[in-house]
Amino acid sequence: MSDASEDIIICRDVHKWFDDFHVLRGVSMTIKRGEVVVICGPSGSGKSTFIRTINRLEDHQQGDIIVDGIELTNDIRNIAAIRSEIGMVFQQFNLFPHLTVLSNVTLATIWVRKWSKAKAEENAMQLLERVGIPEQAHKYPGQLSGGQQQRVAIARALAMQPKIMLFDEPTSALDPEMIKEVLDVMVELARSGITMIVVTHEMGFAREVANRIVFFDVGQIIEQNTPDEFFLNPQHERTKLFLSQIL
Amino acid sequence: MTTTHSAVLRPPAAPGPLEWLRKNLFSTWYNTVLTLLAAWVAVSGVRSILGWVFFTANWSPVAGSLKLFAVGQYPLDQIWRPGAIVLIITLLAGASWRIFGGTVRTFALALALALLVAGLLPVRMNLGLRLWFLANPILTGAGYLAGGLRLVRTRGLAVAWALTFPVTILLLLGFKDSAWLPRVATGVWGGLLLTFLLAVVGITASFPIGVLLALGRRSKLPVVKTMCILFIELVRGVPLVTILFMASIILPLFLPEQIRIDRVLRAMTGMTLFAAAYMAENVRGGLQSIPRGQEEAAKALGLNGFQTMALIVMPQALRAVIPAIVGQFIALFMDTTLAVIVGLVEILAIGRIVLNSRTDWLMLDSEVFLFIAVVFWVFTFSMSYASRRLEAALGVGKR
Repeated sequence: MSDASEDIIICRDVHKWFDDFHVLRGVSMTIKRGEVVVICGPSGSGKSTFIRTINRLEDHQQGDIIVDGIELTNDIRNIAAIRSEIGMVFQQFNLFPHLTVLSNVTLATIWVRKWSKAKAEENAMQLLERVGIPEQAHKYPGQLSGGQQQRVAIARALAMQPKIMLFDEPTSALDPEMIKEVLDVMVELARSGITMIVVTHEMGFAREVANRIVFFDVGQIIEQNTPDEFFLNPQHERTKLFLSQIL
Repeated sequence: MTTTHSAVLRPPAAPGPLEWLRKNLFSTWYNTVLTLLAAWVAVSGVRSILGWVFFTANWSPVAGSLKLFAVGQYPLDQIWRPGAIVLIITLLAGASWRIFGGTVRTFALALALALLVAGLLPVRMNLGLRLWFLANPILTGAGYLAGGLRLVRTRGLAVAWALTFPVTILLLLGFKDSAWLPRVATGVWGGLLLTFLLAVVGITASFPIGVLLALGRRSKLPVVKTMCILFIELVRGVPLVTILFMASIILPLFLPEQIRIDRVLRAMTGMTLFAAAYMAENVRGGLQSIPRGQEEAAKALGLNGFQTMALIVMPQALRAVIPAIVGQFIALFMDTTLAVIVGLVEILAIGRIVLNSRTDWLMLDSEVFLFIAVVFWVFTFSMSYASRRLEAALGVGKR
C-alpha cells in the first residue's frame, strides 16, 4: 500500500453547488506527500471553494475527498481529525483581534492538542522566530502591519504541526511592499517539505517553488503541468489567454 | 531634490487657559453677551437649587425614615442580618481592590469612604449603628491586607463573591423554627434592600439566559430556533407590567393549591425573563457584528463548535455590545420600581408610604422623591461609569 501513503489528498469527481449555482464541476486531483501545488485561474472559477472543501469549511455534495487516509463525510470526528492535520491561511488573515499575537498562536495547541501553556508558548515563540517577528509576540493583531499579520497567521497555522498547509490568496490583501516578506516565509516553508496547496496569482512564487501548477476555470481543472511546461508551453486556449493577461 | 527634516517636528502647542477663553467664549461681542447670559442662568439656577436644598426643604421625612428606606419592614431586632451582608461586601471589596486594582479600587474606596463619613456624622445615632458604619471601612482595610496573602487568589475571590449570593438569601430568609436565625417572610423585605435584590438577581440571571437565547435563535436546529424566537418575540411584545401581573396573579391560578411560589420570587422571575428577551437581542446584535472569517479561522485550527463560540466569537460579540448591555442593566435597575404593582414595597413604594404616614409630611413629596432620585442616580451612574471603564480596559490593542 505504498500508493496510499504516497498520496496525501485524493479528490475524485468533486461537485458543489451554492443553491443553483454549480461552483465545482467534477474536480479530480491527487496530491502527493510533500508536493507544492499552485492553483490559479480567473476569479469566480471555484479555486478558493475547492481548497475550502479540503478542510470542510465548505461541504461538497458529490464525489469523494480523502485526506491522509480519512474520508471527508458529515461525521464530525473525521472533520475534527482532518482539520487538526491541515493548516489554513486566509486572504483576510482572520487573526483573533481580542487576543495577543502569542495567544493567537498558542490557542489551538492549548485547547485542541491540550499542551501545557509553557510548551505551547515555547512552540509559538519558535514559530514567530521562524516567520521573523518574535518581538511582536505581546502586541495585538491590530497593532501590526498587514504583512506582519499574515506572517502571524502562518505561524498560527503551523503551531498545530499540520501535514498540509492551505493558502487562500495569502498576498491578495497586502500592499506591494509587504507581499515579499510573506512570500519569503512561504518559499522557506515550501522547501521544508510540507505539503502545500496555494491559491495565488503570484506567478513568480509559482515558478520558483511549485511542483505543479493547476489552472481552474468555471469549476473545472482546465490544465495542469510543471511550472516550466505551464508557462512556456500552455496547451489550452483558455490558459494562453489567462497567461497573456497576467504575465 | 526634496529636503527631508532631520529633526522630528513637535505638534503645535495647545493654547493656554486665557488664550482658550478668549478664543472660545469672548471672540466677538455677541459671543461675549451669550457667555455672560449663560453664566448668569447657570449661577442663579445652581443658587436657587442649593438654597432650596439647604434652607427651604424639610428633610424630616427622609431623615426620620432611613431604616424604612434601607430595608422596609424588615424586623428591627433582626436588622443585623442585612447589616452583616454589607459587612461581607465591604470585606470582599477590600480584597478585590488589592487583587484587581483600577476601577475596583475606585468603587471599594468610594463605598468605604461613604460609610466612614456616615459613621462620623455629628448627629444622634444609635451606638450600634455608628459602630456598624465604622466597621465597614475597617473591614475594607482588612480585606485589602488579606488580598495580599498567598492564600487569596483571583479564583478564590470569584468563588467568595459567587457564594455571597446564596449566603445573602439564606441570611435574610432565615430558617423555620430556628432560635437565632428565625424565618423572616419575604413579604416584609423592602426598601433599597429589595430594590437591590430584584436588580442583582435580574441582572445576573438574565445575562446567561439572554446569551443562551441569542445562541438558540441562531441555531440550525429548527425546534430550538423556533422556541427561542417565540419566547423573545412574545416577551418583547408585552409591557413589563403585564408580565409582572401574569407572574404574580395569573400564574398561581394555573398552579395546584399546594404549590405557592413566593411573591418576591415571582416578581424576580418575571423581571429576569423580561430582561433576558432584550438581552438576547443585544447579544445577537453583537454576534452578527463578528465577521464569518473569525469562525472559519477557529474551525480551521480544529477548535470545536463550543470552543469557537466561547473563546473566539462570544468575547468579541459581547465586547461590541457592552454599552447596550449596560443600558439594559440600568433600565432593569430602574424597572424594579414597577414591582410596586404586585405589592412589593421597594424604595419608591416606601417613599409613598412615608409621605402618607403623617399629615404634616403629606406635602413634602419633592424632598422624598428628590432623595429617591439621587439614590437611583448614584447607582445607575456607578454602573455606567463601570461600563465605560470596562470598555476602555477591554479595548486594549484594538484600533
